[in-house]
Formats: sequence, C-alpha cells, structure tokens
Amino acid sequence: MDLSTTYMGMNLRNPLVASSSPLSHKVDTICKLEEAGIGAVVMYSLFEEQITLESQQLDYFLTHGTESYAEALSYFPDLGEYNVGPDEYLNLIRKAKEKVNIPIIGSLNGVSAGGWVKYARMIQEAGADALELNVYYLPTDPHLPGTDVEQMMVDVVKAVRQEVNIPLAVKMAPFFSSIPNMAKRLAEAGANALVLFNRFYQPDIDIENLEVTPHLVLSDSDELRLPLRWTAILYGRVPVDLAITTGVHTYQDVLKGLMAGAKVTMMASELLQNGMERIGQILDEVRAWMEEYEYSSVQQMIGSVSQKNVKEPAAFERANYMKVLDSYPRLV
Amino acid sequence: MARSYITCDGNEAAAYTAYRTNEVIAIYPITPSSPMGEFSDEWAAKGIPNIWGTVPQVVEMQSEGGAAGAVHGSLQAGALTTTFTSSQGLLLMIPNMFKIAGELTSTVFHIAARTVATHALSIFGDHSDVMACRSTGWAMLFSNDPQEVMDLALIAQAATLEARVPFLHVFDGFRTSHEIRKIEQLTEEDMRAMIDNELVRAHRERALNPDRPFIRGTAQNPDAFFQSRERINPFYLATPGIVEKAMNKFARIVGREYHLFDYVGAPDAEYVIVMMGSGCGTAEETVQALLEKGEKVGLVKVRLYRPFSREHLIKALPATVKAIAVLDRTKEPGALGEPLYEDVVTALGEAMMEGTLPFARVPRVIGGRYGLSSKEFTPAMVKAVYDELAKDKPKNHFTVGIIDDVTHTSLEVDPNFSTESPDVVRAVFWGLGADGTVGANKNSIKIIGEETPNWAQGYFVYDSKKSGAVTVSHLRFGHRPILGSYLIQRANFVACHQFHFLERYNVLEMAEEGATFLLNSPYGPEEVWHHLPRSVQQQIIDKRLRFYVINAYDVAKRVGLGVRINTIMQTCFFAISGVLPREEAVAKIKEAIRKTYGRRGEAVVQQNFAAVDAALDNLFEVKVPAQVTSTFDRPPVVPDHAPEFIKRVTAELMAGRGDLLPVSAFPVDGTYPSGTAAWEKRNIALEVPVWEPDICIQCGKCVYICPHSVIRAKVYDKSLLASAPATFKATPAKWRELSDKMYTIQVAVEDCTGCQLCVEVCPAKDKSDSSRKALNMHPQIPLREQERTNWEFFLSLPDVPKHDSLRFNNIKNVQLLRPLFEFSGACSGCGETPYVRLLTQLFGDRLYIANATGCSSIYGGNLPTTPYTTDSEGRGPAWSNSLFEDNAEFGLGMRLAINRQNAYARQLLQELRPLIADDELVDGLLNADQSDEAGIQAQRERVAKLKQKLTGGTEPKVRDLLAVADMLVRKSVWIVGGDGWAYDIDYGGLDHVIASGEDVNILILDTEVYSNTGGQASKATPMGAVARFAAGGKPTAKKDLGMMAMHYANVYVAQVAMGANELQTLKAFLEAEAYPGPSIIIAYSHCIAHGIDMSKGHIQQKLAVDTGYWPLYRYNPLLAAQGENPFQLDSSGPTIPLKEYTSKEGRYRILMQSNPEAAERLLQEAQESIQQRWRYYRMLAGKGSEGTT
Repeated sequence: MDLSTTYMGMNLRNPLVASSSPLSHKVDTICKLEEAGIGAVVMYSLFEEQITLESQQLDYFLTHGTESYAEALSYFPDLGEYNVGPDEYLNLIRKAKEKVNIPIIGSLNGVSAGGWVKYARMIQEAGADALELNVYYLPTDPHLPGTDVEQMMVDVVKAVRQEVNIPLAVKMAPFFSSIPNMAKRLAEAGANALVLFNRFYQPDIDIENLEVTPHLVLSDSDELRLPLRWTAILYGRVPVDLAITTGVHTYQDVLKGLMAGAKVTMMASELLQNGMERIGQILDEVRAWMEEYEYSSVQQMIGSVSQKNVKEPAAFERANYMKVLDSYPRLV
Repeated sequence: MARSYITCDGNEAAAYTAYRTNEVIAIYPITPSSPMGEFSDEWAAKGIPNIWGTVPQVVEMQSEGGAAGAVHGSLQAGALTTTFTSSQGLLLMIPNMFKIAGELTSTVFHIAARTVATHALSIFGDHSDVMACRSTGWAMLFSNDPQEVMDLALIAQAATLEARVPFLHVFDGFRTSHEIRKIEQLTEEDMRAMIDNELVRAHRERALNPDRPFIRGTAQNPDAFFQSRERINPFYLATPGIVEKAMNKFARIVGREYHLFDYVGAPDAEYVIVMMGSGCGTAEETVQALLEKGEKVGLVKVRLYRPFSREHLIKALPATVKAIAVLDRTKEPGALGEPLYEDVVTALGEAMMEGTLPFARVPRVIGGRYGLSSKEFTPAMVKAVYDELAKDKPKNHFTVGIIDDVTHTSLEVDPNFSTESPDVVRAVFWGLGADGTVGANKNSIKIIGEETPNWAQGYFVYDSKKSGAVTVSHLRFGHRPILGSYLIQRANFVACHQFHFLERYNVLEMAEEGATFLLNSPYGPEEVWHHLPRSVQQQIIDKRLRFYVINAYDVAKRVGLGVRINTIMQTCFFAISGVLPREEAVAKIKEAIRKTYGRRGEAVVQQNFAAVDAALDNLFEVKVPAQVTSTFDRPPVVPDHAPEFIKRVTAELMAGRGDLLPVSAFPVDGTYPSGTAAWEKRNIALEVPVWEPDICIQCGKCVYICPHSVIRAKVYDKSLLASAPATFKATPAKWRELSDKMYTIQVAVEDCTGCQLCVEVCPAKDKSDSSRKALNMHPQIPLREQERTNWEFFLSLPDVPKHDSLRFNNIKNVQLLRPLFEFSGACSGCGETPYVRLLTQLFGDRLYIANATGCSSIYGGNLPTTPYTTDSEGRGPAWSNSLFEDNAEFGLGMRLAINRQNAYARQLLQELRPLIADDELVDGLLNADQSDEAGIQAQRERVAKLKQKLTGGTEPKVRDLLAVADMLVRKSVWIVGGDGWAYDIDYGGLDHVIASGEDVNILILDTEVYSNTGGQASKATPMGAVARFAAGGKPTAKKDLGMMAMHYANVYVAQVAMGANELQTLKAFLEAEAYPGPSIIIAYSHCIAHGIDMSKGHIQQKLAVDTGYWPLYRYNPLLAAQGENPFQLDSSGPTIPLKEYTSKEGRYRILMQSNPEAAERLLQEAQESIQQRWRYYRMLAGKGSEGTT
C-alpha cells in the first residue's frame, strides 16, 4: 500500500502533515511526531510583530524606572544575551533537522512586505526544507479597497520568493471575492503551494465586563467543508500544490481532502485534543479503507472528486447551496 | 597585554580588582556599595574567572553581620575572601573585624564610605562609617577617584597578604563610587605580577585544616589577653613599609606612583592642607590654580590612614610649612577634634617633643570639617581654607561649605572663585528619570572616553523621589585628565530636557556667558520665546546664550519611543556642542546604540537609529530677541499662607536651595512637622483621572487602590454645595444610610503621578460606549487651575467621623475615611503605599509606626517632606525609623513604652481619685471598652474631661497624670517594613517580637526583593525570578514566613493581596489590629522591580492568587479559642497555570529569554511546589488535601 505523496516537490511518506501548532515548540515533540508516523511537520509561526514586541518589551523592562533614584539605578542584572530575535526559532529548526528525517517546513507570519522578509532567508539557511508563508491582513479602514489588500499579499509573496529558493507555500485566508483569481496571482508571484485555509482566532465579548476577550476554539470536522470545496475547485486550475489545513480530524477527512485534490492534509486540533497516537490510528484506518476499496496508492485518489473530475461540477458551486437548504425543509 | 582605557565608576573599578583577586565574596546590599556585589554576582553568573582561573563564589547573606561572619569563616578555612559595604553595614561588621584583625588575617573590604545615621539617615558620602572602625585594628587605605580605586584595590590586596593586617580600602560614597571617569584598566597580568602566590599559599597554610589541626578563637583570661594583644605590634609597625613596597612595585609594573602620603604643591609651601578622599582632587585643582598666581600652598593626600605613619607624614610636608589645615569628612561631637586632625596634631606633637620635627618653626595646625553627607566641596572652599590659614589667628575646628550661624564655625567662601578651565567642555543636563537623560549621558561619556583621546568625567545628582524624579547630569570632557570632583558651577553647555523645569528650577544659573542652551520644547523656534519665564529670558539675553530647541517628545512619539527622549537629546548635544565632528558623532552614537540595544533586539535598535536621524532634522537655533517680553515668572514654591517653617525651610529644600540654609534653620534633633507633602505640588502627571458622576457606581475601588492618596471621596450635606466652584462635580450619594447626602470623587491633580491604577480598576462603564469609564485619563495642564480650586473646596468639606453610624468594614465605606498618608514620592503605581494608606485611614489617629529602613522609610520620611499627615483634630501617625536591622525590636519598644505609661496613668487615676472627685469619670477611664471607634471616641472625651479638671494643678502627680493621660486611649502599634527587613536582616528580631506575645502589629510590604536598593534577592524572592544577586534566577523557593509565624499558635497571621481581594485585605487589617497579641500581615506588593506595567499591578496580584502562587488566608488564634479552625483559606486555589502569571513579569521573562532551559526547569519546580503547598494549606483549613485544578 503506497501512502506516499509529493508536496512542492518533496517526497512525503504519507499525506498526513502536522500543521503549525505548539507541538513544534520543542525538538522532543517533533521527534515524537516523526515516530508517530507523520509525513512532515510545519513549524509554529515566527511572528514579525512578536519579535518586535518582545524586543520593545525587553527594552521597557530593562529601562523602566532606571537612572532615576540614587539607591536603585536599575533593577535587573545584565544577563548578557537575550533571545528576542529569531535565534531561538532558527536553532529549533537546526536541531530538528539534525534529529528527524521527515521534511521540516518553516512558518513565517507577517503583514506586509518589509524588512522582516529577511527572516525567510534565515529560515532557509537554518535548514528548513520548505517555507509556509502565513500572510494575513485584517482591513478595518473603509477606504482601503480589496484590490489593494490583494496586491499587498502578492507583493509579500514576491518579496519572499526573491529571498528564498526552497519551496514556498502560502497559507491564505478564505476571504477573497475571487479565490481562484487570487490563487492564480499567488502562484504567479512564486508560491509552489496553497494551504487552505488560515484559521483566525475570533474574539469573543464578555457581556458582564463589556470587554473583548480572546477565545481559542479548536476546529472540528465540520470546518473541513470550506477548504474541501475550494480545493476541489482549484485543483487542476492553478499550477500549485494544494494542502488542506482546517477540520482534518478523521481518516475520512484525510481521504476527502485527497479526493478533492489536496496533496497533503494537515492537522493540529486533533493531535492537541487526542494526542499524537491519532496519527498512527488515522494512517491505519486510511490504509484499511484503501485496502477495502482496492486503492493501491494515494496518488490514485488525489483530485478524483475535484470539480474538474466530477460529473456534476455545479455541485461545488451555488446550486449546492440551494441543495443544502432543501435538505433541511423543517428549517425553512 | 596592553592596557585599555575604559570609562567606569568607582564601584566597578573596585569590584573589577576585588573579583579577580578573590575566591569567595560574601555580599549584602547597601547603598552606595551595592553595585560592587551586583557586578560580582553578574560576573560569576557569566562564569568569568579570577586570576587563578576559578570562578569566585558569590554568596548573598542575610545582613552585613552575616556577610562578615561568612567572610571570617571563609578566611579561616583558607580562601581569599572579600566583601563590600558602607555605613550601617560596616558597623554591623565591626565585631567580626576585631576578630579578623586580632587573628592577623589577610583580607580587603572595599568600602564606599557613607554617612552613619544619626539624627537622620543619609545615603550620601562621608567618612563617619570608616572612622567608627578605627579601633578594630584594620589598615585603611584611601582612594580618591575611580582610577585610584582600581589601583589601590590591588595594592591593598598585595599588601594585606604580606602584612597579615586586614585592610579597609575606602573611597567616597557616590562622589567616587558613582562618578564615571576614563581610566586605564589594569590587566590580569598586572594583578598576577602584584599578587605573590607564595603569600597566597602562606595564607592557606595558616588556615584551619583537620590534617594539621589547631584551635583559634580561644577565650582568654587576665593572665594572657593583654600580652597577646601586644604580640601583634610588629605587624602594625611593618605595615607602612609593606604598603610602600607594594606601591613601589605597582609603580614599576603599571607606571602610576603612589605614596603613603602624596604631596602636591609648591616645594616651599607655607600653607598646607592635609586630607583624604575625593576632596583631594578638588584641592589639587585649586592648588594648581593658586600656584599659577604665585601662592605658596600645598596639599598632602593621606593614602594610608591606618596604621598611621608619623615619619612618612612629616617627610611629606615641605620644610617651609607654617600652617596646616587638616580636613576631616566626619564629625565626632564632644571630641577635641576630628580623627585625622588629632592624628596629625599627635604626630607633629610627638615629633616636636622628641625634637625631631624638621621644620624651621613649629607649624600651626587647625582642623576643619567639610563635605558631610556629600555636601559639595568646591575650589572656592579650598581657597577659603588657605585664606584662613594665612590669617594671624585662624579659626580652629571650623566648618567649610555651610553657613553656621549657631556656633559660628564656618569659613566665609567667595562664590565667585572658580578654577574651571576654559578648555574643558562642561555640560549640565536637567532631565527626568523617566526620560532616559542619565543613561544617554553615560553613553556619551563612553563614546568620548573610549572612542576619542579625550578625558571624561560624569557625575549624576538624583532626586529623593521615586516618581517624577529630577536628575541633573554633570559632564566634563577635556584634553587633560580631570582632577576636580565637584559639581559643575560654570557650564558652557546647559540642556533642559523638560520644558516645565523652567518654571520650577533656576536651570540657567550655572550657564556661563556665551554658553549653549538646548531646550526640549513643545514650541518651535519661532514661538518658544514667548513661553519662557521672564527670568529665563533675562538670563539668555544677559549671558548671551546660543539657544536651540527641539520638540523631542514629538520626535520620540513619531519613531515609537514613547517618552524616551534620551537618544534624541544625546544626538542634539553632539550636534551642537562641538565635542566631536557631527558626522563622526552620529556614527559613534549609532555604534553605541547597536552596542547598548543590540542584545535587546533589532526593533529597538532601528527605533533609536530613526531617532538619531530625526533629531538632526528637528533641531533649530532660536533667534534670541534683544528684549525680555514675558509677563510671567517662576511662581513661589509654596503659597503665602503656608506655615512659617514650610516657607522658611521646607520650601527652600524643595527648590534645591537647601545648601544655602544656615545651621539655625534646622531642628536640633531631627524632628520635623507632619503633613508637609501636601505643600509640594509636583505636577508630574501628564494625564490625570477625570471623574464621570453619571457612570460612577460609588464602589470606592479607585480610592482603595490609589497609591498616592490623590483620589478621594466624600459624602456631605447638599447645602454645602452652595459655595462650590462652578466645575465642582457632585451626585446623590448611593448609601442607604446617607440617602439625602451628596457624593463627590475629587482628584488632587497636582499631586497625582498619573499611574492609571484607578482607571484600570474602575468597574463602571458607559452602557453605550464601553471605552468610557467612570474614570478616564485626560491631559493635566488644561485641568490644573480648575481642579486646584475644586481640590481646595473638597478639602473644606467635612470628613465622615469615624465613630459615625457607618461601619468601616467594607470598601465602599472605607473610601470615606480620610487618609493620613498622602502624596508620597513612591514610584508611580506603587504596590506598597495603598496598604500604608489603608492603615492610616483605619487607625491613623492613634497610630504608632516603627518603620524599617527601605522604600517605605524613604517615601515615608525623606526630606524635604513627609506624606504622613494629620486629621481635622490634629491627630495622625507618629512615625519613626530606627534602622534596617532592628525595626521589630524598635516597634516592640514603642509598645512597651505605651503599656508602661498606660499603667502609670491608671495607677495615678486611682491615687488621684479623691482629687478628681468624679468617680464616674475615673471608673469610665479605667474600665473603658475601646474595642470599636465609638468606644475610643468616648474614651478620648473622658481624657479631655480629665485634662480639663486637672489643668492648672501643680502637684507633681497631677502633672504626671496630665503627661500620660493620652495613653489611656488605645494606641495601635504597627511595625512596617519590606521583605528584606522581615525575611532577612531582622528576621531574628521579628521572631523574638512575635514570640513576646505583646500587642504589636507587623505589616510586611512584600515586594519579594530589596526594592529600595535596586531589587536584590531576599528570602522572599520566588523561585525562577531574576533579581540582583540572583542573576541566574533564584534557585530556591520563597520562605513561607506566614506558616512559620503560625507555628507559635498565638500569632495572628494573614496573607493578603489587595488587588486580588480588597475585602479580605480590609478584614485582615481590622482583625490584626483587634487581636490582643502579635499580628503579622504579609501583603503582596507589586513593584517596579518586577518588570511589569505598573498600571496593571492589581491584575498581577489577581493572577498571583489565581495561580495559587499567593494564597490568601487568615490565621486567627481567637477562632481556636472558640473551638473553630483558626486557619481560613480565602482564595480558591490554583485555577490557572503559574505561567499565566510569570509570563507577564520581566523578572521571569528575562530568564526565559536568556536561559530558557533553566527558566523552564525552575518554573516547573515552582509549579509543583505550588500544588504541594496548596494541598497542605487545604488540609490545615480542614478541607482535605484535594482541590487543585
């Protein structure tokens, strides 16, 4: 049974990839992911704002209240070096690459083209096999047109492409008027893969204290539908590999993703909730299903139920929406 | 290896040598010597070795007494050992010093000499501490500037190993310990060449060793002791020669020459000053100037003060000397003269009596005192001494530098005499602590001192306030070494980094004619002139100053630096001072930025680079008009209606003119009036809270948390509003009991520090706009005048009487109690002061406070003002500070005194019953129930009645009863201090006091570090936190002091965190005070030393409780007496991981950033110990061992 797949030219032993999450914070857990059978690991994200903020906070802590009062000219000893830049992250990639054989995909998170794209090169130099670029921008300015936001994103991809020659994936948001057009532009800008989709942490409201509160909810299989649809639509239409990264929890989810056209399916919530042993279980279940249905390799099924390859392409389009509503007559 | 030039201060210079030539270093923080220990701890944490290749072990002790004991033990066991200290710390070492010297043990203690506390504590420099050690038998070697400190530290180390006599290596606190100079750094080769390893081995040979055992430290009897003491004489006789030899060896190796007594001046001088310490540089500069005028003057710099070599002194004096003035930087009341004077007189007298005096005639010797507590010592004062010497009948036992109009000891000083050289850049910078001025200047000194051939000197004058602190930096740069160690009096560059200083201080007083004036101004070059006070305009015109402005705050804001204008102002200084070519200066500033900030991340570097570039684009020269145009000037410091003492003394101190106050202006015994902080309107907040009555729910949380008592609430009759100012705000009071009254929250905007805690804690939000609370921050300046009037009106409204029907057992009601602690100079957002304020609200009118030295004694009692004040009856806290190491005992003494006087009053009442002739009154006084405020008030009324009856009585017992009658009213004794005091230095005393069973209350303001001295670790410091002396993160857990106290069973113990549970804190205070025995409250006090956003201090307190790190509890022995469990847990245990709390504090984060593995391990251990402790506490509370989440 051949579970292997390729992703941006890399050979993966199976299509199950650990997406960016706290599981990649330590070399030990990356090793455990490999032992558990994962095909590749996407590192947690290096955030441009976080690097800046940490630098500013450290400076604030070390200088606040200093040189004011004769008895206490400062409050902390000089500890020499501080890991406020990307060093810790890059070291982790280096160490991970020494310890494991599966591909390590760096992850970089930023808003716009700027000085921080140099971190892409640093990640490459640290030994990452590929880079996943997580570009997000939440427009709040009513004067800012969508075309500008799109262009900003394309520019970032171009800028990063110029910095690195390793494969480059772009994790995109689902909020574009024309996702296929955006996908095409990102591919033209240099992306080798698109990762569908970025999942935002949506804030909540505390009604008692009239405050906005951060609220992290892990995904579930229902969330697979959105990336599944767009993977199916994009498959074969844009010259990039596709990856699904939201709502992958079960072997069925993996199979659906592949059939829609994804080269890999990524999971994080499932592993955080139910542990790394789920990797082996899911792979066994995939294998068993494939045996039962007489598939010899996953390559066979990639894109098999994409929009391009289904009898009723409209099923992935607007008509599908109508159908869903019809199936719940009691609600109408 | 070639020596390099560095810029460093005296402390670093001493530590540099001491660290490399020792193996064990026992330390304890005390100003101004703490940095020596801090450097050593940091170097050891980084693994820097000494000259033998091993890393010295640095150990923090619980007190200087403990440090001296550890040093003694380490020396006895054969290690090269040292310590650093000052003042009271040195006094605590004296018992061990006698032993160490008596046992002829080689060691050097490095002393930043500081004033010993007498009528007052002073952190500043003089020789009173080292002079108190004269009888210990230690050699004393004095260094006069940072270069000498580095050099003589090594000479002392070399000499002690040979002489076997221990050495105090002394330099002046602050003036040398904190003065930055360019110096030549000794190399490790220099040190190895100076230190004879044979002598090191001999030191080890003399040490205790069970392989060749002996005993030392015996007890002796009259038959042996005396002779044994005399047995050491040869060692003392040999020591001067050994030091001289070491100095000569040093000169051969390094090139700098030192002698036991160094003479400078005319070879045929007639008038000679003999002195030691940092004043020598100033005296030498003056001698040089006077020599150029042909005057025959000279100076003897005493280096080896003990053992005192008569021969070497006499040899150093020129044969032509006619008169000698011996200057002592200390005072010994009642002595014939100060120590150095007496030594010189004795030396000359003995030589004269022996007929060996080599002078043409016996010189006259006079003695004088100067520079106590770092009082300025200037060339003009040196000149005054020479002038006095030349008189026929010079004044003996004179003082110089003050105006003594009481016993008329002072010399007259010509204020116009100056020796400042025109080829020296003399720059003075006025700044705020928060704006980074000092840091920038230290950077500039580094650039000029280390990157150019110029010589550099920097000295910094700090404020006694911790919030809104003013700093004045004095920088000299020149082509020749700088001699004088005194503040710049004639500056050719003056920078004022805060525009509002122009209305508070005479900023341009020291500007010389033609000087450059740089002003950080919100007004541009065209309009700034019209915003300057008249006197400033006049000075600019009269002195023909070149005047530049920059809007540094605007630039800083634009580049994202907030209020840090340091880099901007530094760039401007270089751009217009001409110290370096502009291009070169910019390049060097950027290099320095990379060096300073590089390790903090690229973002900060880039922001500062941007600041440099923007500064140059925004610096403008002002075309100075020929005429003064302003119609306003600096306002008076205090209003006219202030009390006479405030106007005459306090206001002068506030204005920075204290040096000009004569001796007669001061109280004879250090007694000062209460309530003086209210006169010091500092106006330091850029933004202040503004109250919205329509949103306010009148909960009182803002009043409760305010660290500076600037936000107050009152409930009053509506009729009183008739005379209210137009903008005075009021709303109906939301109290059932006070439904017909009005309520106001008023902010003292001129006293507010702008910490925002009140706004953060305010729970009331506008229902239609959640960004608007009942308190919101607004710019202070537009509100100042209006709110000043409102505040005055607010003060005129009556306070709710304590004995009113309201019960002050909830936060809402407590807000109405008048604080008798207001407007302290504590850090903005301080976590300690809300507890102190609460204490005064609840018990202030009958409160004794014994205050341990530390933050609370500084914001409580540092001149010019005190925040402790009085109520409308004139009652208020009686406050005193004794020492750091005795505060528990000091407070116990107060309790005992009250008890005795109370007992005597009761006895007299019985005895005078017939005379008083009012049994009801007497019985009432004797049997009063004073368990609540109403009972206390009734007793006060009885005492008043008694006094009325007795007034005019002449019988001794009647007069005695009048003297002690106040003691019939219940008094509340509170022993207040920080964790350094309670957990460490006075733990023994605290333990003894709680064991006494006496009715004292102990309030521990637990900041978990020695906050006042810069955040050194104490036994209260939590595991994993970085602190000074715990650079690698504290490896051990915090001491559970509360649990230890509980084991006495009869001690009331509470652990509180006001920010987490206001009511539990209030209950603890009330219960502790009510408990008729010893009580302890351990109060979580967030602190600037935690590395937090101080406006979120209460949130950190809550996190500390919710993580289970800081469980809240009360242990009340009275409950046990009622058959209940005395231990009550008031918090719900660990509900969130410790990380949620630690990740928001710099003290933990910097370890995560510098040593993540260690941080993770320590935090893991800390998390486990929290769970364990919680299980234990639950069991104690009778709730079983489960319950952690």
